[in-house]
Amino acid sequence: MESNRPRARELQATRVGARMMIVVLAAVLGSALLGILVGAVDLSIGAIFAELADRVPGIDVDSGLSARDTAILWELRVPRVVLAGLVGGMLAMAGAAFQGVFRNPLADPYLLGVAAGAGLGATLAIAYFPGQSEWPVSPLPLAAFAGAVLGVAVTYVLGRSAGRPHAAATLILAGVAVAAFLTASQTFVQQQHSETFREVYAWILGALGTVGWREVSLIMPYVVLSGIALIFYRRLLDVMGVGDEEADSVGISSARVRLAVVAAATLGTAAAVAVSGLIGFVGIIVPHAIRLVLGSSYRVILPLSLGFGAAFLILADLIARSVLAPAEIPIGVVTAFFGAPFFLLVLSRSRRVA
Amino acid sequence: MSDLRLSEVAVAYNGTTVINGVDVEVPARSWVALIGPNGAGKTTLLRAVAGLVGYSGAIEIGGRPALGMSRRRLSQLVAFLPQRPIMPEGVSVADYVSIGRTPYIPYWGTESAEDRAVVDDVLERLELAALAHRHIESLSGGESQRAVLARALAQRAEILLLDEPTSALDVGHQQQVMELIDDLRVEQGLTVLTALHDLTLAGQFASRLVLLDRGLVVSEGPAREVLTEERIQQHYAATVRVVDEPGAGLTVIPVRSDSTSRASLPEEERTQLWR
Repeated sequence: MESNRPRARELQATRVGARMMIVVLAAVLGSALLGILVGAVDLSIGAIFAELADRVPGIDVDSGLSARDTAILWELRVPRVVLAGLVGGMLAMAGAAFQGVFRNPLADPYLLGVAAGAGLGATLAIAYFPGQSEWPVSPLPLAAFAGAVLGVAVTYVLGRSAGRPHAAATLILAGVAVAAFLTASQTFVQQQHSETFREVYAWILGALGTVGWREVSLIMPYVVLSGIALIFYRRLLDVMGVGDEEADSVGISSARVRLAVVAAATLGTAAAVAVSGLIGFVGIIVPHAIRLVLGSSYRVILPLSLGFGAAFLILADLIARSVLAPAEIPIGVVTAFFGAPFFLLVLSRSRRVA
Repeated sequence: MSDLRLSEVAVAYNGTTVINGVDVEVPARSWVALIGPNGAGKTTLLRAVAGLVGYSGAIEIGGRPALGMSRRRLSQLVAFLPQRPIMPEGVSVADYVSIGRTPYIPYWGTESAEDRAVVDDVLERLELAALAHRHIESLSGGESQRAVLARALAQRAEILLLDEPTSALDVGHQQQVMELIDDLRVEQGLTVLTALHDLTLAGQFASRLVLLDRGLVVSEGPAREVLTEERIQQHYAATVRVVDEPGAGLTVIPVRSDSTSRASLPEEERTQLWR
């Protein structure tokens, strides 16, 4: 007898459907176009399309833009939009990965000491290596990156040595302690160098104001590697949902999966933080919004976090630089100011459905 | 066909010995129940067989030592269900069951058509097909126990380790789940090792009982040999009556220890066989 019940293969909520692919692509491209279009200098949409087409090999179009406008487009707006997209996608994806690997909805990519480590690194660079512009490579992102990676490494080594049964919780607690220590050190350095206060504060709130292609090329390899690695682990993150012991009993090593995911997410996050400062909230609300609407499989959440995280931060940056133009609002303020109400809306709607 | 043999198995947590040299034999296609008071080491022994805790001594699966096997290989042979499985939120029953396919899926891969066919089979067999799209946390106690069992069956392992599979269920669902496990054992040739608190159920379903106390096997054999009032008094510190009701098997009835009503039972009941 042929059963006409739906088969498991049709029920799987573990695939990004074609329609969702189109939606996420449209969100990324739409926000990117908007980000390129809006700014202090008016550039016509036709000219922008012509310029973009001109860059495609084998096509030669004259956009009619002046040399100054072309420079604004290619040296200011496009790299800034690309960077916002990379940072947003990376933070959202790393947040999703951390939530999965720690089975903790409050986990964000800064959980294990990335933020405090990067903050200390950045503060040290600002306090002891001012006049960065004379350096061939700016020390600030390097110091922030090193601090972030070091913070997580210390957390991992200290948190891992404790008992195995509550490995995830132990690691989180170690992260809290390490972050407190690093933040105290950072505050101390800052107090000793009060002239750095403004610069450090601006960095902590996050900014994409002074970026160019150099920053893009700086973080691109990390984001690409980290993104590919996390996508590889998407199914194993679903398996981790049943807890360490049960995950181990179906043939994986939860400790090894956690180490790999933490390492990949940390490298990407550290690179993002190094160029943009501490942009909060993206890593929490983007994956959760996706989870509330589309279910909880990481095979859906991870790739969509990349896309929607990118779109979200491009738009947040657009708001940050245009609302009080020519002044800029710190982007971290924008992500929380607009992100929080949006997230609450999704939360209340999804509760009604459930 | 896989039998399971434990010889001189010992487990220590942080220097404290929990299992102290245990020999257990589970013949292929049979059901053996581990019984014993809380802290006797039942769960630890199951975890050792599942490779989740280090041990000394030897555990052999189908004549081959488990110690040298990779985690992946081991989980193709042995499925383990803890007493309180973690139910991930927002995951459909079908997706939850497909987690059991992990030992057959390449490390970074995803389910093949064959994996999904196995999941379909299992859902059908355990009458979960109609619930396949439901979120796992929305199921009732009995349904959720079936879903957990389905995940273990999707592992296609011949040895099933179940830690208290009935502890969260009412008496009707307890019976259903035990009968289901027994049907599956016969039908799919499974070798079953369970930890059980309910001595009556253990006696009714398992062909052999292994009574553990403080990390040692203190009695082993068919229910009639292991479940005696003296032994239960000695190891559980419980006052019970063991009744052998014709047609119902052995029944273990707790008696209030301060009860003075022992003599006041109706005459016809007193004529039955007491042990």
